[in-house]
Amino acid sequence: MVETALPADRASAPLPGNAGGAPAVLKVAAVTRRFFGVAALDGVGFAVPAGRITGLIGPNGAGKSTLLNVVSGLLRPDAGQVRFEGDDVTGMKPHRLAARGLTRTFQIARGFPKMSVFQHLMLYGPRQPGERLLQAPMWSRAARDREAELAERALAIAGRLRLSPLLDAPVTALSGGQKKLVEIGRTLMAEPRMILLDEPMAGVNPSLGAEIAAHLQALNAEGISLCLVEHDMALIRQLCHHVVVMAEGRTLVTGSFDEVVENAEVQEAYLGRRH
Amino acid sequence: MLSYLLFSVTIGGIYALLSLALNLAWGGAGLVNLGLAGFFGIGAYATALATGAGAPLAIGLVVAMAAGVLAGLAITGLTLRLRDDYLAIVTLGFGEIVRLVALNERWLTNGADGMSGILAPGKAALGVAGFNQAWAAGVTLLVILVWLLLRRLDQSPFGRALRAVREDQELAGFAGKPVLRLKYQAFALSAAVAALAGALYAHFQSYISPDHFQPLITIYIFLAVTAGGIGRPVGAVLGAYCVVAFLEATRFLAAVVPGIEAVQVAALREALVGLSLLLVLHLRPKGILPERIPPAPKAPS
Repeated sequence: MVETALPADRASAPLPGNAGGAPAVLKVAAVTRRFFGVAALDGVGFAVPAGRITGLIGPNGAGKSTLLNVVSGLLRPDAGQVRFEGDDVTGMKPHRLAARGLTRTFQIARGFPKMSVFQHLMLYGPRQPGERLLQAPMWSRAARDREAELAERALAIAGRLRLSPLLDAPVTALSGGQKKLVEIGRTLMAEPRMILLDEPMAGVNPSLGAEIAAHLQALNAEGISLCLVEHDMALIRQLCHHVVVMAEGRTLVTGSFDEVVENAEVQEAYLGRRH
Repeated sequence: MLSYLLFSVTIGGIYALLSLALNLAWGGAGLVNLGLAGFFGIGAYATALATGAGAPLAIGLVVAMAAGVLAGLAITGLTLRLRDDYLAIVTLGFGEIVRLVALNERWLTNGADGMSGILAPGKAALGVAGFNQAWAAGVTLLVILVWLLLRRLDQSPFGRALRAVREDQELAGFAGKPVLRLKYQAFALSAAVAALAGALYAHFQSYISPDHFQPLITIYIFLAVTAGGIGRPVGAVLGAYCVVAFLEATRFLAAVVPGIEAVQVAALREALVGLSLLLVLHLRPKGILPERIPPAPKAPS
């Protein structure tokens, strides 16, 4: 069963059977965003089922990155709505979204050049009262206890991602693949309920890619909803329960991987029309 | 000679406070503040006006810091979209505006003639020598207090969040940090410390004029923070005392270098300041005491 060209106002309609009837954690409805008159997003709408791994695919220029930027609060949409766990979060600032449990990663691993791996992990820890100016110099009991809690979690996450030997290294000293692992680790520190991943495998060697894929599946098994933009079709097939195909700023098709690759419109969007 | 040394210690302490202020905004949050002399001046004029109206020293210092906070908040609000070079240019403009206002609003600041007879607490009771000793000790004590406070901030989760804003403010937002609040707080606190330095200067000299708040002071403080080690409060303090020692030492150039006149000595001093900055940047690009990455705690085994 393939739902074709989901109209914007039907974005909140029940998902097709392949979504397993899971409620939607994220709903994007009729989102439009223009850059100097060119519509990068032109009424895109779809739902991401909770507790699943959803793949967002589409040819270059389909608007996937812009959509990720809109959902994660970097860009305000010109029109449309984004709902996270039922609440309208359209145009909300990234730090407020992070506090609600919606975080993202970047295609090119970004970091704070002069901070160590451990500091990156600690930084992402939420609800640290010591980040308030008036509490910081006092180093209150609550702040110290929270710091100890976060440190324990950070060390555990570093161990899980096999980053322990690199804890004190500045991120600039890491390899591309290690940076990706740090990115996953620090996102985990934020205690997310949903992670948007922008090409988590871009520029990563196959063995590390497999390791990252295993980490993503483990996270999902813990109940974190994932939505990933990716060009590697084998990976999408392996990981994703549900696939959303975008083209020209709109939702083209949603369904399971096998369903969407069979779809003629998808083939046309990727390969061009047959004359 | 002793009073000259004590005078240098006091001025060194005032420069150290300014360096701590700059290090908080620039080293901590990455906000380049070339208007430091402006905040310095605001503090000086605020306390001169307040104590001139009959307020005691403590109230004068509080008024100066409050004026600094207000100016800091206003400048942050006006420059939210600016970073790096652009922020530097706008804040440089702000510093000049403060100086020009002080120069032209004669009803308030007495213009180019400056404000004289500013309350100099203890001068009558202690005599000139005692006053110099007391101020050298008092200012040094304040430097230690502010240094301890800012070091504590620097090492706290607040300092960590501020660093994240410095390195990549967009990413800091995704890390869940309220970037705007952090910028406002860092800049306002920095402005308050700079204004405190200005207030101390005004009471110590008991005379201020717009000439005391030239942009050159800002440059000296940038030199101090760069030389001492940007991003580390103790580096800023050390850098400030080094710069003052250097500036004072070069006064005696005329005695060492034969055949130059007073005007040439002044020019040579400026040239030496520039040369020393180049040397520091060449030999110790990260400063004498560079920023450190605090080590992670050891995992319980």
